[in-house]
Amino acid sequence: MSTEAISVIEPGLFTTVQDAGRYGYQKFGMPVAGAMDPFAFKAANRLLGNNDNGACLEVTVGGPKLAFLKETQIAITGANLQPRLNKHRLNLWESYIVARGDELDFLGAENGVRAYISVFGGIDVPLVMGSRSTYTKAGIGGFQGRELRSGDVIYSYGEPGAATVRPMCIEPENIPIYGSPQIIRVILGPQHTSFESHGIETFLTSEYSVSLDSDRMGYRLEGPPVNHIDGPDLISDGNACGSIQIPGNGQPIILLSDRGTSGGYTKIATVITSDLGKVAQTMPGDVLIFETVDIAAAVDSLQECENRLATTWKESPKSVLLKVDGEKVEIRPEYAISVDPYLHSTRSDSNKTYIASVKVLEEEFTFNITDLDFD
Amino acid sequence: MYDEPQILLAGDKSLVIELGNEITPELNRLVHGIASAIENADIEGLIDLIPTYRSVLINYEPSRIPLSELQSRILDIYTNLDEIDTDKTTLVHLPVLYGGDYGPDLEFVSRHTGLSRSEVIDLHSCSVYLIYMMGFSPGFAYLGGLNELLKTPRLENPRLKIPVGSVGIADMQTGVYPMESPGGWQLIGRTPVKLFDPMRNTPILLNSGNYIKFEPIGSESEYKTIASSVAKSQYEPKSELVK
Repeated sequence: MSTEAISVIEPGLFTTVQDAGRYGYQKFGMPVAGAMDPFAFKAANRLLGNNDNGACLEVTVGGPKLAFLKETQIAITGANLQPRLNKHRLNLWESYIVARGDELDFLGAENGVRAYISVFGGIDVPLVMGSRSTYTKAGIGGFQGRELRSGDVIYSYGEPGAATVRPMCIEPENIPIYGSPQIIRVILGPQHTSFESHGIETFLTSEYSVSLDSDRMGYRLEGPPVNHIDGPDLISDGNACGSIQIPGNGQPIILLSDRGTSGGYTKIATVITSDLGKVAQTMPGDVLIFETVDIAAAVDSLQECENRLATTWKESPKSVLLKVDGEKVEIRPEYAISVDPYLHSTRSDSNKTYIASVKVLEEEFTFNITDLDFD
Repeated sequence: MYDEPQILLAGDKSLVIELGNEITPELNRLVHGIASAIENADIEGLIDLIPTYRSVLINYEPSRIPLSELQSRILDIYTNLDEIDTDKTTLVHLPVLYGGDYGPDLEFVSRHTGLSRSEVIDLHSCSVYLIYMMGFSPGFAYLGGLNELLKTPRLENPRLKIPVGSVGIADMQTGVYPMESPGGWQLIGRTPVKLFDPMRNTPILLNSGNYIKFEPIGSESEYKTIASSVAKSQYEPKSELVK
């Protein structure tokens, strides 16, 4: 069941619906698309207890102005574009309850490029070839295959007010730091042997700045040219996310979410998955420095990212006392998994019947609550 | 074709098995043989594959299968790939209306090659083309098998908008535009069949390793009849299994 969630008042610079990407059709030439910063995207969903692949809004530099059409819960992660709810500043990497009529806007980019707005339950747009990601070049997926425009109305899963998870946050020490210069870890290959050893050395010891010609398809870099042994061309082969191809001018291009599935330039190295977000959050003019790691280090780093996604309650949770069939019951916070509407809400209405769900010794109990005590 | 396949690293979620470094039907057949064997092997953590002229890029989830295990599974599959079943190749017949508004460059190709317009059409539609790989854009097939007599350079000024289904020639290549896009190929005709329709059960009609043959359409009215059944999802292009 999905209902109207967001009305787009102003679309921002380039706002699209993205999930983790469209896999399974690359052999037919279909690009993957999907969120450019996989860590921030996943965090946005984790903060709301959504499925890891829940569709979010990917906002680029200039944020949109949105009005909420139902009571729900949102989180904003990734770049700090200075979000505000009803003109009050919001923190990133935290979830918030929003009411029908609340307005979200952004003051502008302070740090990073791409922010993710998740909505409880995930954004509901049609699945196209197994994914909700927008691939604007072919005009498919996401919201009508395109970036958002003023007047668009976006639906999300879940009844109004169904968001029942307590507001969460990601611990500050687990939040990535965006900026410049940025050290980007790479694994050499698949065609590093097509480069002079001096070329590889140049690549690994120089500073490369992000050019203005950088978008969801790829980041073009400018710096000392990386020289091939025998020219840049090869018989087209497959492109991985983060592949760094070197065309004839020796200037690296990092292939990202909207990359073509195959290409005919030699690829010197591939950005490790856990550093893709760092690349995606750099601005034209920012500096990248490449450093090689081995597969084991890259896999460890991916696992470490997963550990950093652990969420904690935003405020220290309190026990809730309530009466069930006349008996006083204390629900300790570690047991409360969902309470409908919000047990912690200051907007609680004593005339409503509340439903609580608790988990005790791995067993779930759901019951009606007739009397609430917030102390 | 290499004596031993090369396994190349493409980051922490992809690896490449490279089987050679040339464009030949034999090598490409091996590529598609190993690609389908990998797909059918039910490998835990496999995400998807990109078969190309001479290699297969394998995307996988390293938290579900370690690189070393994937590598040995792939080499195992390669070693046990005794005979590639060649009976299973599909030949798709694509109807094409040549010339006129549908193929505005037929005249140029005819002048450039010194062939008459009907000779160009005959030569283009009598060949069977191998789909070496898919790529460039969703549903675009890299074809091999163009008759050398039809070799024509690209346009000096690429068009900004090429209609969906346009059939073109660029140097020694021929192909069909699956989406409206800019491009510099010499357009000799157009097919009413949709090669790419994201909402269809089979979003992309062609598959690498298959063959296609262009079938000339007699008249504009026939083109429009096919186009309207395509629009109603009532048209299936003729296809057959060939050796």
